[in-house]
Amino acid sequence: MRMREKVLPRVAAKAFIPLILLFGLYVQFHGDFGPGGGFQAGVIFAAGFVLFGLIFGLETLQQVVPWSIVERAVALGLLLYGGVGVTCLLRGGNFLEYNALDHHSSMHGQHLGLLLIELGVGLTVAATMLAIFYALAGRERA
Amino acid sequence: MKMRRQVKSMWIEILIFALLIATAVTIATLRDLFAAAMLSGIFSLLCACLFTLMDAVDVAFTEAAVGAGISTVLMLGALALTGSREDQQPMRVGPFVVVLLTGAMLLYGTLDMPSYGDPAAPIHKHVAPEYIAGTAAEFGLPNIVTAILGSYRGFDTLGETAVIFTAGVGVMALLLGRRRRRDPLDSEAPCDDTQGGSV
Repeated sequence: MRMREKVLPRVAAKAFIPLILLFGLYVQFHGDFGPGGGFQAGVIFAAGFVLFGLIFGLETLQQVVPWSIVERAVALGLLLYGGVGVTCLLRGGNFLEYNALDHHSSMHGQHLGLLLIELGVGLTVAATMLAIFYALAGRERA
Repeated sequence: MKMRRQVKSMWIEILIFALLIATAVTIATLRDLFAAAMLSGIFSLLCACLFTLMDAVDVAFTEAAVGAGISTVLMLGALALTGSREDQQPMRVGPFVVVLLTGAMLLYGTLDMPSYGDPAAPIHKHVAPEYIAGTAAEFGLPNIVTAILGSYRGFDTLGETAVIFTAGVGVMALLLGRRRRRDPLDSEAPCDDTQGGSV
């Protein structure tokens, strides 16, 4: 809590957090072309929020990203991944055969499938990291 | 020119390895756990540098964000709950010998491995050529790693995501059960409590 009154960490965090989140989004959605992917993006994204929590306090962070959202996002990411697989099945392909997502262009289907599953991985990873941080940082000394 | 660059990168690698060893020895001898947690973050950052030198940028990202970032924070959170100094313990010879033997066996094992970057290594002969040719032809993507993780090995990645999901749910079940007990309005508390306490 005392961290909130210190000027230097506050100013530095305010400058860095948007950049970290932006970089996380870049790694997430540019992962097909550049290095990175859902896992890395999720961790970077979570690290940005953890930094916010360290500087401005856990309560402030939990107002920005409430526990209910984190809890749901952990499951939503995995559901999105599995859902893409089931969608492939329903559209006549094998499980996770992204070619089936677009019957006109299998390459486009692959791109769409990869984008969606990476999003699922990113969601689950970011939310799990935040959940562990919330659970650990929210505990009182025994 | 290329040769010169390789020699230069070799010296950087030797420097990083030396720093890694120094950090590891310091961590092992320190009694102050706060400093040890910070040094383990530095250790991860050095590992990330090493991975970057080996052109494994994806792994370096992960190591820097998880090892140097989040796990250091979690370690500090744990230290805030316990204590930041290690208890004095008598020097034991048995565990030290076990560690030395294990290390020697691991080093012995590396003698059998193909040298770093060897194009004739088994890992480059099996499915890798197919992946390299297929990524451009089937997906039109420049990033082979993403194509392998997401598409060729889509089932594995689904399993990994499920592992992370399970870890998250496990942490919630273990660490949040206790907080609910303090909340008098929550009627589910006794049920959570037994689950949290039994593990």
